[in-house]
Amino acid sequence: MIPLSWYLIVSALLFSIGLYGVMARRNAVAILMAVELMLNAVNINLVAFWRYTAPDGAVGLTWAVFVLTVAAAEAAVGLALIISIYRRRDSVIAEELDMLKN
Amino acid sequence: MSFDFLEFLKSLVSLTISDYLRELWGNQPWVDFLMNVLGVVILSTFCLLIVIFLIWLERKVIARIQRRIGPNRVGGRYGLLQTVADVIKLLIKEDITPTGADKVAYLLAPFLTVMAALMVWAVMPFAPNIIGVDLNIGIFYFLAISSVSVVALLLAGWGSNNKYALLGAFRSVAQLVSYEVPMILALLVPILLARSMSTVDIVNAQTVPYLIVAPLAALIFFISSLAETGRTPFDLLEAESEIVAGFHVEYGGMKFGMFFLAEFVSTLFMSGFFATVFLGGYRLFGLETLVIGDGWVIGNLLGLIIFFVKMFAVYFVYIWIRGTLPRVRVDQILNFNWKFLVPVSLALVMMTAVLDKLLPDTFNDFARAGAHLLANIILAMITIEILRSYARRQRKLASDDGAAETASGHDDHGHHEPAHEPVAAH
Amino acid sequence: MTVEQIVFLLISAFTLSTAVIVVTKRNLFHAALALMATFLGVAGLYVTLDAGFLAAAQLLVYIGAISILVIFAIMMTRRLMQTTEPAYNAQSGFALVTAVISFGLIFWVFYVFREFWPLIPDAVTPLASKPIVADEILQGSVVVMGRSFVSSAAYVLPFEIASVLLLAALVGAIIVAWPKAEDKA
Repeated sequence: MIPLSWYLIVSALLFSIGLYGVMARRNAVAILMAVELMLNAVNINLVAFWRYTAPDGAVGLTWAVFVLTVAAAEAAVGLALIISIYRRRDSVIAEELDMLKN
Repeated sequence: MSFDFLEFLKSLVSLTISDYLRELWGNQPWVDFLMNVLGVVILSTFCLLIVIFLIWLERKVIARIQRRIGPNRVGGRYGLLQTVADVIKLLIKEDITPTGADKVAYLLAPFLTVMAALMVWAVMPFAPNIIGVDLNIGIFYFLAISSVSVVALLLAGWGSNNKYALLGAFRSVAQLVSYEVPMILALLVPILLARSMSTVDIVNAQTVPYLIVAPLAALIFFISSLAETGRTPFDLLEAESEIVAGFHVEYGGMKFGMFFLAEFVSTLFMSGFFATVFLGGYRLFGLETLVIGDGWVIGNLLGLIIFFVKMFAVYFVYIWIRGTLPRVRVDQILNFNWKFLVPVSLALVMMTAVLDKLLPDTFNDFARAGAHLLANIILAMITIEILRSYARRQRKLASDDGAAETASGHDDHGHHEPAHEPVAAH
Repeated sequence: MTVEQIVFLLISAFTLSTAVIVVTKRNLFHAALALMATFLGVAGLYVTLDAGFLAAAQLLVYIGAISILVIFAIMMTRRLMQTTEPAYNAQSGFALVTAVISFGLIFWVFYVFREFWPLIPDAVTPLASKPIVADEILQGSVVVMGRSFVSSAAYVLPFEIASVLLLAALVGAIIVAWPKAEDKA
């Protein structure tokens, strides 16, 4: 039998890996991939809590689907922004995009 | 006579492997596991082996359509062993990996394609109670797995380190991703009518085959399945005469063979799926539940035969279309999808949902089918009328332009004269 | 160890190791491949949680759509992949520390409340094992979810907002990525 905490620990690990990726990577696409990892970690939590505490409803599943929707929207807009920036500045390195600095 | 032939056959059919194993080992959990493994092995072996026959069939039928003879050398008068010879040729070819190829992607792609093509068979109901697994989300599972096969194309295109392969992969991905939309929308109609996503439930709900209840959905699904499997007229994926072979230009030997195999397996799956969802699968006037003698369910066997006949009938239509239609251009493909198929299928889903809710519960299956058929015909006529008026407008525009060009010399005077008139008035 | 636990541990190890590849690999295309594998592993975790619908949705949306988008973006900005620039920025050490601390904090919560969140499988508290639920209820959860999306007592408003968000994102993405007239010249 698998205790709920195992799922939560896996999810926490996945979230931390994603967090590291978001903070440490330079390429904007890589940062976006790490964000997707974090969203997936959240979804594991939602589904695990649904299965362990309220399997006769569907609250966790419903919210997991909402997270999925938002992730799709985020990926579409984020990648469009990255491509647009690449056209203008010839770079997708996050720290070189400092047009607002001066 | 002591030997009863019917009795013998019955014992042969009713003593299944599962019963035998249970007799041998008792009711152990690994019996179920072993049965599952056996089922997977039998199903995938069947899919892989039938391709040998399918390739022969396709070549022979295409040859007949084009008034040729087709393969007739290897394996007797009908060339039955031609494919076997081809496979042996592919197997003994040198295994090449192009220079600068991305090894991981290059080697993973053929396996992924075949895996995706085989995995979808799990939800195909061959006969009553003969199905890999009756998922409650069967159709959704099929869509999910087939969307994974797009990844394989991208891997192949990128991994080959070849411009043409990459361009071919981009083309293919654009086509496959686009045609997924009308396919999902068209499949929503049978889901709505059967109120279930399970393939078995959909077969059981078809007292009247959905080809009659929802002919437009069947047509849209058929067209988009042609595009999804990359067959003529949508065979831009390979387009031998334009871009060599598209995404698998750098593949040789059995690695190419695997792409080829996956294409045939998924085409056969699409025909089976069409037969299941729109032609009533293994059902035919209750033959599938026939019981003869004292409880010998011959229906299972009949259902299997009926299913196969339907599947190959649809497969024949695929070959027929390949032998008949020319290839379309890439912009035509995408325009046809986004400007025609998607709007029509959206309207179709809306109409079916509303109509199904509005029809009174007192209607029986046949009355409902009639109402849906009528609505479908009306929608088809409206669509055709819109297309006709659009075409008329286009023709008018074209003829106006033509008239303007031929009379351009006179037109110049015509435009200038009003400008001169005020001068003359002064 | 039961079979279930072994399966769970294998899937988790697969998911986490591919996730590590996603954030460490310099070759972005390989990172995107590993991302797909991670998504697959997460779908496997959903299957062990009896959420088949969500697993299929994960395949359809994440692998079939988002990963493809990511790979397209990588290919369109591919000149950068050949460069030998460092994959990490200056604060990568700090980021590692933060990630470890954030995981440590979460784990510490489990450890402090280990009566409530049992960490070992043999405990008798309710969260120690999956509650046994009839198959019909699990199968019917898709129906319950579908109904709750369109019932005014549940999530019809978030559902509509999510669909508007998707539409807005679609239109926005097209407008943002559309080549400007001056770019062409």
